[in-house]
Amino acid sequence: MSTIVRDYSIPANDFTIAGEASSSVRKLLSQLGVSPDVVKRTSIAMYEAEINAVIHGNGGKAHVEIDESKIYICISDEGPGIADLDLAMQEGYSTAPDSIREMGFGAGMGLSNIKKNSDILYIETEINKGTKVNITVFFSK
Amino acid sequence: MTVKEMAHKLGYKIINNTDPVAEKLDAKVTGVYACDLLSHAMAKVNEGDVWITVHTNLNVIAVASLTNCACVMIPENIDIESQSIERANDKGVVLLSSSKSAAHICLEILSALKDMK
Ligand SMILES: Nc1ncnc2c1ncn2[C@@H]1O[C@H](COP(=O)(O)OP(=O)(O)O)[C@@H](O)[C@H]1O
Ligand SMILES: [Mg+2]
Repeated sequence: MSTIVRDYSIPANDFTIAGEASSSVRKLLSQLGVSPDVVKRTSIAMYEAEINAVIHGNGGKAHVEIDESKIYICISDEGPGIADLDLAMQEGYSTAPDSIREMGFGAGMGLSNIKKNSDILYIETEINKGTKVNITVFFSK
Repeated sequence: MTVKEMAHKLGYKIINNTDPVAEKLDAKVTGVYACDLLSHAMAKVNEGDVWITVHTNLNVIAVASLTNCACVMIPENIDIESQSIERANDKGVVLLSSSKSAAHICLEILSALKDMK
């Protein structure tokens, strides 16, 4: 199998299509016959990163590469960046405003859910430059 | 027990049953999960679960579709945003509603599942 590449744009603060990139990737992985457990973990990790780009990052992009052994996802934005990544990674920490909480987000579980469900997680972030969340999930361990 | 059978047995209202959704009415119900934190639901709702939430915004449809839950149940006759019903139709997500509370619905569904065994 050659590498499958997909790119998606993630509009800022637009909940009408938030989750569409993750939804497309989920469908693609299912069609490729990837195991349900991997599809599930990938969906959770990618959705949380996508939603963070929508809510916290002024929107951004998703780049996805799938080969025979793994899926690599890079969600990047040019938003405010994360000042203290260790703090942000802590479950329960959130700077989401009330308007976002009222929709059911802002529990501060996103980054820890990404960590739990990915095999490799690498976050690059710089204040006022943006954030890149690099996620890899292997198809079998 | 399918979604349709459960809705009939327990008196739940099926909000949408247009084409891609009609097929999902035959999905098997295997569990129930109640939670209004979307991150928590995203991580914990299993395929085959009835997911109970008081939220009715578009993100609920995204999470339901991503988790492939059996259906979404809105308790206490809470009004459902019309754009969410439209999106649910597009995505093949079954929406149910009931006058009862989330706790009551959990009890009913778990009892019905137990009776099946
Ligand atoms: N892409 C991003 N850009 C800027 N800040 C971010 C980004 N992703 C996460 N953060 C920061 O990290 C915090 C924790 O993120 P997360 O665990 O997903 O929780 P939540 O999204 O519920 O607030 C956010 O509240 C925010 O302050
Ligand atoms: Mg988040």
